[in-house]
Amino acid sequence: MLGVIADNWDLFITGFRNTVFLFVLAGVGALLLGMLLAAMRVSPVPTMRLLGSGYVTIFRNTPLTLVFFFFAFAYPRLGLIDVSFFVRAVLALTVYTAAFVCEVVRSGINTVDVGQAEAARALGLTFTQTLTEIVIPQAIRSVVPPLTSVLNALLKNTTVAAGFAVAEAGQIIPTLSERGAPVLFGMAWIAIGFLILVFPLTATQRILEKRWSVAR
Amino acid sequence: MTSVLYDLPGPRARVRNRTFGFTAVVGLVTLVGFIGYRFWVTDQFAGRKWEWLLYKDLQLQLVAALGATLAAFAVGALLALVVGLLFAIARLSEHAWVQAPAATAVEFLRAIPLVVMIFFLFYGAPQAGLRLGVFWSLVVGLTVYNGSVLAEIFRAGVQAVPRGQREAAFALGMRKNQVMRAVLLPQAVRTMLPTVVSQLVVLLKDSALGFLITYPELLFDARYIGSLAEFGRPIIPTAIVIGTVYITLCVALSLLAGYLERRNRRRRHSGRELPTTHVRGVTANLGA
Repeated sequence: MLGVIADNWDLFITGFRNTVFLFVLAGVGALLLGMLLAAMRVSPVPTMRLLGSGYVTIFRNTPLTLVFFFFAFAYPRLGLIDVSFFVRAVLALTVYTAAFVCEVVRSGINTVDVGQAEAARALGLTFTQTLTEIVIPQAIRSVVPPLTSVLNALLKNTTVAAGFAVAEAGQIIPTLSERGAPVLFGMAWIAIGFLILVFPLTATQRILEKRWSVAR
Repeated sequence: MTSVLYDLPGPRARVRNRTFGFTAVVGLVTLVGFIGYRFWVTDQFAGRKWEWLLYKDLQLQLVAALGATLAAFAVGALLALVVGLLFAIARLSEHAWVQAPAATAVEFLRAIPLVVMIFFLFYGAPQAGLRLGVFWSLVVGLTVYNGSVLAEIFRAGVQAVPRGQREAAFALGMRKNQVMRAVLLPQAVRTMLPTVVSQLVVLLKDSALGFLITYPELLFDARYIGSLAEFGRPIIPTAIVIGTVYITLCVALSLLAGYLERRNRRRRHSGRELPTTHVRGVTANLGA
């Protein structure tokens, strides 16, 4: 079993390095875009709400493979700026995951009771104070666990990029089979690799949950 | 509409909201207009690029591809439900030697990305002399992954039935088997049905991964038609058509899930919502 990873060290290293790059870049992008969409979905402007929910409905019901398909094969035909497969993979993951981030953040805001904001306003707090002192601290608690699972899913979803010419962790198995190496052991190592990558995510979640678990 | 974030808008807020709304619309129109302009510049609206839709052979091929997608979905969904049920029963077992291996298997299978699993079945299994072929590589991958997710949903559903139900059933002298079949499952099914259907949406979306191992499903067909030189390589028109088909299928299933959930909420006295703490991490509704 050690032979597989020793003989194909290059493959595992580049694979997981690219996976981490994809994950970090797409994660940051999806969080930003997702929060913007969530802000639109809870805003008092009907057209913005409509735009936000339209985006979410479309991307939640599109297979990620199709989004990748579009960025990999259709995007170059539009004669826009020419970017590498890697950048297009980041874009595909970002626009797809943002829809899920949006839903998580929105439902987090919705879990805060209306009475909380009413009480805050009755006490004379301004809008900014209400938002930063009352609403967001409460919303964030219910957002963290599902957000962790969204990021976890994003980490696993980065492997779809392997099908579209990005050499990352998903690409390891086909290459191993090409090299005639025992794939079963390769699979075990990939599983271990993903468990290691998931660990910081779940650990962060646990720490945050512990910190915020104080009476609600 | 009252929200936690703002009151009913007054006259000034209404004007401001209208301005924001207008800006948003202008932004959207600009974006769509730009994309449309790029489509127009690169000649995507040319009749030649859409002509393939008129050919009977290609139409039939498209229907066959749709059939292939639906076949993978149907077989995968059926098997995943069975596997999920078996895993859930094993995990709910009181015998440690049944429960522990099942728990490990579920955690392990959920942790592996589905793409890696499918590649493993497709490229790795032949090394052990097991030739699954594209269809079964895809379906088995969908089954074990979604089966283990469904197992967690089933387990959470059964555990969400109030404890008194189980205790009362035991007090009446029912056996373990009877308690599960006659008391717990019927109540659990109603609460978990929406979650199960949303997981089936994920399975349907994941079936598109068959494209990566050349299973002749919708995306594969889109790639093929998109490469036909006689229609000017219409990859964008085919992507639009196939995308519409996928989104329609998934939205239909999602609407069913939403309907079931609303029905549950209406009858809250009988049906109980699944506490989110139980399903957290299980149902982000994210597939690939």
